[in-house]
Amino acid sequence: MKQSVFTITENAPLTGAVYRLRLAGDTSAVTAPGQFVNVALPGLYLRRPISVSDASDGQLTLIYKVVGKGTEAMAAMAPGQTLDVLSGLGNGFDVSLAGDAPLLLGGGIGAAPLVLLARRLRAAGKTVAVVLGFNTRDEIFYENEFRAMGCDVTVATADGSCGVPGFVTDALPEDYSFYYACGPEPMLRAVYDRAAGDGQLSFEARMGCGFGACMGCTRQTAAGPKRVCKDGPVFRKGEILWDA
Amino acid sequence: MSVTLCGVELDNPVIPASGTFGYGYEFAELYDIDCLGTFSFKGTTKEPRFGNPQPRIAECRSGMLNAVGLQNPGVKAVIGEELPKLGKVFHKPVMANVSGFSVEEYAYTCARLDAHPQVGWLEVNVSCPNVHGGGMSFGTDPAAAASVVRAVKAVTTKPVIMKLTPNVTDIVSVAKACEDAGADGLSLINTVQAMRIDLKTKKPLLANGTGGLSGPAVFPLAVRMVYQVYEAVSIPVVGLGGVSSAEDVIEMMLAGATAVQVGAANLRDPYACRDIIAALPGVMNKYEIKTLRDIIGGAHG
Ligand SMILES: Cc1cc2nc3c(=O)[nH]c(=O)nc-3n(C[C@H](O)[C@H](O)[C@H](O)COP(=O)(O)OP(=O)(O)OC[C@H]3O[C@@H](n4cnc5c(N)ncnc54)[C@H](O)[C@@H]3O)c2cc1C
Ligand SMILES: Cc1cc2nc3c(=O)[nH]c(=O)nc-3n(C[C@H](O)[C@H](O)[C@H](O)COP(=O)(O)O)c2cc1C
Ligand code: FES
Repeated sequence: MKQSVFTITENAPLTGAVYRLRLAGDTSAVTAPGQFVNVALPGLYLRRPISVSDASDGQLTLIYKVVGKGTEAMAAMAPGQTLDVLSGLGNGFDVSLAGDAPLLLGGGIGAAPLVLLARRLRAAGKTVAVVLGFNTRDEIFYENEFRAMGCDVTVATADGSCGVPGFVTDALPEDYSFYYACGPEPMLRAVYDRAAGDGQLSFEARMGCGFGACMGCTRQTAAGPKRVCKDGPVFRKGEILWDA
Repeated sequence: MSVTLCGVELDNPVIPASGTFGYGYEFAELYDIDCLGTFSFKGTTKEPRFGNPQPRIAECRSGMLNAVGLQNPGVKAVIGEELPKLGKVFHKPVMANVSGFSVEEYAYTCARLDAHPQVGWLEVNVSCPNVHGGGMSFGTDPAAAASVVRAVKAVTTKPVIMKLTPNVTDIVSVAKACEDAGADGLSLINTVQAMRIDLKTKKPLLANGTGGLSGPAVFPLAVRMVYQVYEAVSIPVVGLGGVSSAEDVIEMMLAGATAVQVGAANLRDPYACRDIIAALPGVMNKYEIKTLRDIIGGAHG
């Protein structure tokens, strides 16, 4: 974990409600895809957890959906402005579990952390399939970015306006070695129930600190209570327990 | 900057508050936590507790609500696993925060922690519901609070600091009852019972319904209570509630605090305590304060 100041280099909408924020600063604490940062925003008491979508030397990309006060404030920020960021939070996805042909499943904004994951897996020579689920065609983002990385991309839309009609679980391919999923909890539940084989799933929780100090984000798991921020946000399929 | 809390000297009066500093390791990754006066670790109970369902955290203007529900691994694991790890990153006496749901449970947990060499003080949180008292919190009834003090004092040798809840009409009567029963010190305030409602679901945002409010929003309330309690008792008072700066530390001490805890501020800014300690000499200088000991209770006539 590291606290540092990042400078905004880009902040622009990808769709109506989804923005891409590019930041320049010290990315040394980011060690794995699927980790997140916790962003302090002026006037708001708690930081906002946002996944690292992409990272390279000195540059961090976040993709966020405007849903409330904090993300509205983020959307109003301009290049040149700075943000106080805690980076390198959470465990992230374990790329060593991928096998030869991993499957990446993203629901809505859950596609964001799959970008760096896909990049790492492609760099390791894996055959990567990506299924992205959205509500409707206007909400689709990054389909082409995943293709440009050499991934086999399928899009599903809940209203059938583009690609496979339905959810990501309606577009699961037959064969894959391991899956990685990120998205809203009902999607994760459906993936857990319906996707064959082993996988890792990335969860959200309301957070007080984001770095393991407050027990605000705890989930029950097969291995006892775990903090989503520190022991997660990524959990192996076999660890996961669902609320009744 | 040093102060003496119940006979134990602190290099400075700044203490991270229970529940906002874990067992210290997350912060030790960021800075040398030996700069702290001490710290109060997560509330410990006799048995392990999972705590409340999600969501447990909500935000408000100038603060936050939590309904963590005293998640902790239980006193046996705290002594067996957490304290040895904590001992590697913090080399001063630590404050052991204890919760319970019956007088016997408080006594059991306190006796075990009292025996541990790393523990310098016991901080007994009486905000919990008394399962034998119709679920009413020990800390809202002077007689129930006093019964906890007596039971804990009977089985411990280290200073016992009673942590009081602000969710009462008369905090002074609870404070006095604790002093009369033999408490060595008092800390106040715990969180203020509060609620947020989600406009989308039109239901309380926290799964528990209510949660405890803390952060800058409660600071003036805490200063008032510390001031009133200081006036009424002669044992030392630890002041907390919304403290976020060196100025706040000094204000709390003027109200009557011997030492000052910092809670929610650590969650937004993990360096909060380190930075407050670093800023204290400059702020003391600005207000012409030579030694912090001299200003304790300075606001009183
Ligand atoms: C590990 C992790 C990674 C995330 N990654 C992304 C991402 O890459 N892109 C993205 O758009 N969103 C992501 N989220 C969700 C994002 O944190 C919330 O959408 C955001 O905090 C909402 O803030 P707000 O002020 O706009 O909303 P408000 O509803 O006004 O926020 C009020 C409070 O609730 C919290 N909160 C609200 N919704 C969520 C939520 N879904 N999860 C956690 N806390 C919430 C806020 O942090 C804040 O404390 C992630 C969440 C977690 C836990
Ligand atoms: C997430 C969280 C967890 C807490 N857990 C405990 C606890 O276990 N025991 C306790 O005595 N107080 C607990 N508290 C209360 C704090 O120690 C402190 O009394 C209160 O938050 C007021 O201080 P603040 O405004 O500086 O946060 C907790 C507070 C927070 C925010
Ligand atoms: S958010 Fe504080 S422990 Fe996870």
